[in-house]
Amino acid sequence: MPDQTLFEPRIIGLCCRHCAYAAADLAGSSRFEYPPSLKIVAVPCTGRTDVVQILRTFEDGADGVLVAGCLPGRCHYLVGNLHARKRVDYLAWMLEQIGLQRARVRMINISAGMGAKFAELANEFAATIQQLGPTGLKMKRRAREITLVNRGMANDSR
Amino acid sequence: MIVAEQKPIEEIKRMLRGKSKVLAVGCGTCVAVCFAGGKREVGVLSAAIRMATELDGAPVAVDEALVQRQCESEYVESLRELLGEYDAILSLGCGVGVQTLAEHFPDTRIYPALNTKFMGAPVQQGVWEERCLGCGNCLLDTTGGICPITRCAKHLMNGPCGGTDRNGRCEVDPQTPCAWYLIWERMDKLGLQEELLKVRPPKDWSTSHDGGVRRIVREDLKKPDLNDETQ
Repeated sequence: MPDQTLFEPRIIGLCCRHCAYAAADLAGSSRFEYPPSLKIVAVPCTGRTDVVQILRTFEDGADGVLVAGCLPGRCHYLVGNLHARKRVDYLAWMLEQIGLQRARVRMINISAGMGAKFAELANEFAATIQQLGPTGLKMKRRAREITLVNRGMANDSR
Repeated sequence: MIVAEQKPIEEIKRMLRGKSKVLAVGCGTCVAVCFAGGKREVGVLSAAIRMATELDGAPVAVDEALVQRQCESEYVESLRELLGEYDAILSLGCGVGVQTLAEHFPDTRIYPALNTKFMGAPVQQGVWEERCLGCGNCLLDTTGGICPITRCAKHLMNGPCGGTDRNGRCEVDPQTPCAWYLIWERMDKLGLQEELLKVRPPKDWSTSHDGGVRRIVREDLKKPDLNDETQ
């Protein structure tokens, strides 16, 4: 069992700027407490989030990722939040393949007026991550993304 | 396009056991458009392997690269200068890409990250289906553009078997429409049912894989040989 007394989880909240970001703001101004371990990143739409971004977030040391988008049917771009949910499901499956727990990633749907609900769900997620403990990942080396220049292709007119 | 899907991470991890530095190489052609081996999939798989092997206590450093077309030597050549840095290449190309890398770099261990499935097309977003078996002797002109060789499990040449249900579905898989049902419906729409009444002779499979490895030679495209005086 991980030592939970010393464990300060790092949680990233990817919040849609049309709803959850404003809900987090409202939670703050209404003095509903949500955990300081949650670092909020505003995204234009949860549909903008990608599996590879979230995997890299875990690689970079996150213990949990909360994706917070609009209520179903209320997406500013119609179905961005529904796409995000599918990706989060895929990601949860992927985390399991990797050897991490599915519960480390979660999607919630919330409106801009639901400040109290945001605080409640954020606290719930933070408690889950606290219970799961650290991921155990200590990546020492940053991976290289190599861009290749294809040589000898000057005459390729296809 | 050639359609492929990723192997389970567990299997890839087993292949890479004992390696410490690996280059994952995607392909920007068929497998990129079927979301199996493009730049994004290289990113996802590499991150997954890095994390999974780290958790196992035997971390494999995986770097990421993409070759526009992994099935052509000219394109894969650009990897050569990187090879010295890596224990192996993990190819996210189709089977042709993996073999091109292996032929081109005989001293480097090449591992496949994908299972190459078929030649097909997307039938809806996120769903791909087989459309061509590469039999080497196309008969789509006589079947209304629907291939009974690929789309009928029995490769029937003269109409459906007895396994078609009342809804025109195949007995092999109720999700699959009977190819001959589709052909009949289409030819009917085109007013060409008569053509289907002609008996087709058995297919000559020697043009397919049964005839061994196939090769196409186009003399007009080959590089001229300066030493050949007969030209």
